[in-house]
Amino acid sequence: MNKIVSKQQFSAAVTKLVVEAPLIARSRRAGHFVIVRCGEHGERIPLTIADADPAAGTITLVVQAVGESTRKICALNPGEALTDVVGPLGQATHIERYGTVLCCGGGVGVAPLLPIIRAMKAAGNRVVSVLAGRTKDLIILEDEVRASSDDVIIMTDDGSYGQQGLVTVGVEQVLQREQVDYCVTIGPAIMMKFVALLTKKYEVPTEASLNAIMVDGTGMCGACRVTVGGRTRFVCVEGPEFDAHQIDFDELLMRLKNN
Amino acid sequence: MDETNDIIQSRDEQWRVGLRASRSPKERTAIERVAMPQLDPQYRVTCNEEVNQGITAEQAMREATRCLDCNNPQCVTGCPVGINIPKFIKNIERGDFAQAAATLKQTSSLPAVCGRVCPQEKQCESHCIHLKMKHPAVAIGYLERFAADWQREHGAEEAVRRPASNGIKVAVVGSGPAGLSFAGDMAKLGYEVTVFEALHEIGGVLKYGIPEFRLPNAIVDHEIDGLRQMGVTFVKNCIIGRTVTVDELCQQGFKGVFVASGAGFPRFMDIPGENLSGVMSSNEYLTRINLMEAGRGGDTPVLRGRVIAVVGGGNTAMDSARTARRMGAERVILVYRRSEAEMPARLEEVGHAKEEGVEFMTLHNPVEYLGDDRGRVRAMRVQRMELGEPDASGRRSPVPVEGAVEDIAVDLVIVAVGVSPNQLVPRSVPGLEVSRRNTIVVDDDTMQSSVPFLYAGGDIVRGGATVILAMGDGRRAAQAMHKQLS
Repeated sequence: MNKIVSKQQFSAAVTKLVVEAPLIARSRRAGHFVIVRCGEHGERIPLTIADADPAAGTITLVVQAVGESTRKICALNPGEALTDVVGPLGQATHIERYGTVLCCGGGVGVAPLLPIIRAMKAAGNRVVSVLAGRTKDLIILEDEVRASSDDVIIMTDDGSYGQQGLVTVGVEQVLQREQVDYCVTIGPAIMMKFVALLTKKYEVPTEASLNAIMVDGTGMCGACRVTVGGRTRFVCVEGPEFDAHQIDFDELLMRLKNN
Repeated sequence: MDETNDIIQSRDEQWRVGLRASRSPKERTAIERVAMPQLDPQYRVTCNEEVNQGITAEQAMREATRCLDCNNPQCVTGCPVGINIPKFIKNIERGDFAQAAATLKQTSSLPAVCGRVCPQEKQCESHCIHLKMKHPAVAIGYLERFAADWQREHGAEEAVRRPASNGIKVAVVGSGPAGLSFAGDMAKLGYEVTVFEALHEIGGVLKYGIPEFRLPNAIVDHEIDGLRQMGVTFVKNCIIGRTVTVDELCQQGFKGVFVASGAGFPRFMDIPGENLSGVMSSNEYLTRINLMEAGRGGDTPVLRGRVIAVVGGGNTAMDSARTARRMGAERVILVYRRSEAEMPARLEEVGHAKEEGVEFMTLHNPVEYLGDDRGRVRAMRVQRMELGEPDASGRRSPVPVEGAVEDIAVDLVIVAVGVSPNQLVPRSVPGLEVSRRNTIVVDDDTMQSSVPFLYAGGDIVRGGATVILAMGDGRRAAQAMHKQLS
C-alpha cells in the first residue's frame, strides 16, 4: 500500500497525487514510469513519474481520468492509498547538452515532460517549451515549466489562453525563428505524430514518449509492442522514448483505440 | 548424499519389509492403474473449476499397492528434486498419509503443485518397473497430489519447526517455482530468506501462467503460507535491478542472491500483421485472465473472440486454448507446425484440450495475419507443412508444402511459441555473464554465476522449461550456496 500524501486538482479530469514510495523516489530518473493498481481487483496502469522527492520519500503522479481505473485513482484522497506501486520502469531519458532543446507537451503529457525540461535545463541547454491543451483549464504546470525554460509558448485549441491553434503552430514558430538541436514530445499519440512530421521536415532529431497499453510493465506480456524503424519493440522495457521519426504512429493509434 | 541413504535405509525399516512381503509382485502387477476422476468436459468449459478431481483414499491405497518397492528404485532418478518416491508410496499403502506427505516435504517445497503440473510421464513414471513389464506405470503423480492434498485438507501439517536462525541473510529474486524451492530449502537450513517479487502477487508463473482449472490459486497460496511459517519473508512490487539494485542488497547485508526471475519475455514470429489488434502473446492473454481476473470480476479487460486461433504446441498453448473455450469462444483452433507426435505439451493436456472441443490444425503454420479497416485481425493465412529431416532437437522439422496456403477467418490470435529470458535483472548486474540467448550462465552443478555470490536457476538459466526443473535448480543452488556460506 502506498499512501497518498497530498492531492491537487489541475482540472475536472486531471489530478496531481503525491504518493509515498521511498525506494522509487530514490532510484527514479527523468523518463521513468511506474505501474499502479487501485483496489484488490484493480487494473495495472502505467503512469510516468512527474517528480520525486527522495528526502520525503514521495513521487508525484499526474493522472487524467479517462476510464474506470483512472477515475478510481483520481478519486483517492490524502490518507487513502494506492494498492500497489512498482517501478521505476522503462529507460531513463537520455540527457545531454544539445544546444537548444524544444520540449512540447500536450495535455497531461506536460507532467512527465517537466522532469525532462528540468534535466535538459540543468545540463546547460537553452530550453524552449510549447504547452498545448484544448482549453485554458487543461494547461497544467505552467509555472513549473516556466521556471526551467528560457521561453514558453502556450497554445489552446479554443484560444482561451495563449495563442489559438494546435501545438504544431507553436512548434513551427520556434523552428522557423531559431536553430533547434533536439526535440522531446509527450502527449496524445496523435499530437506526437504531427509534431514528429513537422520536426522531420526541419530535420530536428526528436524523441517521443509513448503511452502504450501495458499489463505487467516488465516485458512479460508484449501488449505495448510498437513498430519503430520497421522493428517491433516493447515500450515498457525498451522505451517509453523512441526516435519519433521512426515510430509507426498509425499502428500505435490503432492499437490504443482497439484495446 | 543424505537422500540416497534415506532411500536405502527407509527400505529396510521393519514395516516396509513386512508390507513388501504381504503381497506377491504378481498380485501387485495384476491391479489396474487408477484413472483420475475428471469433471465432465461439457460442464468444465462453462466454469474455471479444477478438471482433475483427485483420487480417493481407497483409490490411493490400491494404487500404492501396485508399487513393487523395487530394490533399486529407478523412479527416483527421474525426479529432478529426488523425492524418496517408494517411501511416500508405501506410507500411502499402509494408510499413513501424514507420513507420506512428510516424506514429500523433505525434498519438495511444493508437492501439491508438482502433483498437478509435473510431466510425470516423462520423469519418475517413465522409469517405473511396470513399463518394462508392459504395464502402465504406477500413478506417482496422482499419489503425490493425493498425499499433499490429504495433508492440507486434514490440517495435518506437522507443526512447522522453524529452525534456529543462523543469522545469515539471503535474497531470492522472483517467487516462481525456482525461487520458492530455493527459499524453502534455505529456510530449513536456518537462513533468513527474503523473496522479492516484481508483480503484486506471489507465485510467479504458478499464478499468472498456469490456469485455475489446472492449478487452483488456493493450492499455491497454501504452499506459500507454509514457507511464511518457516520464516520466509516476501516483498511484493519490488524489482531487483530497478527498485533496489543487487549492490544495495549486498550493502543491506545479504550474503547470497538467487536469481529466479523467469522467462517472461514472449516470442513472436515476426510475420506481417502480428501487431494488429487482436493478436497477442499467451503471456498477455493468460496474465489478463489468471492474474488480473479479466472476465471474472477484475477491472482489467480482455478481448473476447468468437473464433480464436492459438499458435503453438506446448503446455502454454493448451492452457491458452482451454482458457479461450472457457471465455466463451465458439471455435478454438490450435495451429501447430509439426504433427501431434512432436507436440511438447503433456499428453494429458492435449487430451483435455480435445475433450473440450479445441480443434487441432497440425502441420500448419501462420505466415501472415490480415486486418480489417480498423486494424483488427480478421483472418490468419496458414501455410501447410510436411515433416522433413530431424532437426537439432531430434524432432522431424516441418517444411512448407509449395502453394498450400489458405486463409482462415479468426477474430483473436494467441501466440504461444515460447518465451525468452527477461533481461531486466541480468542487465542490471555488472560483470554478470549472460549467454547469446540472454540466459544467465551458471555452473551446471552449483548454479553459481560468474558473480560468486550470485546463483541463478529456472527459466532465466534454461530459457523456458518446466516447474519441476526450475525447482530442481532451486534445490541445487541452495545446497551449493549453503556450502559456500557455511
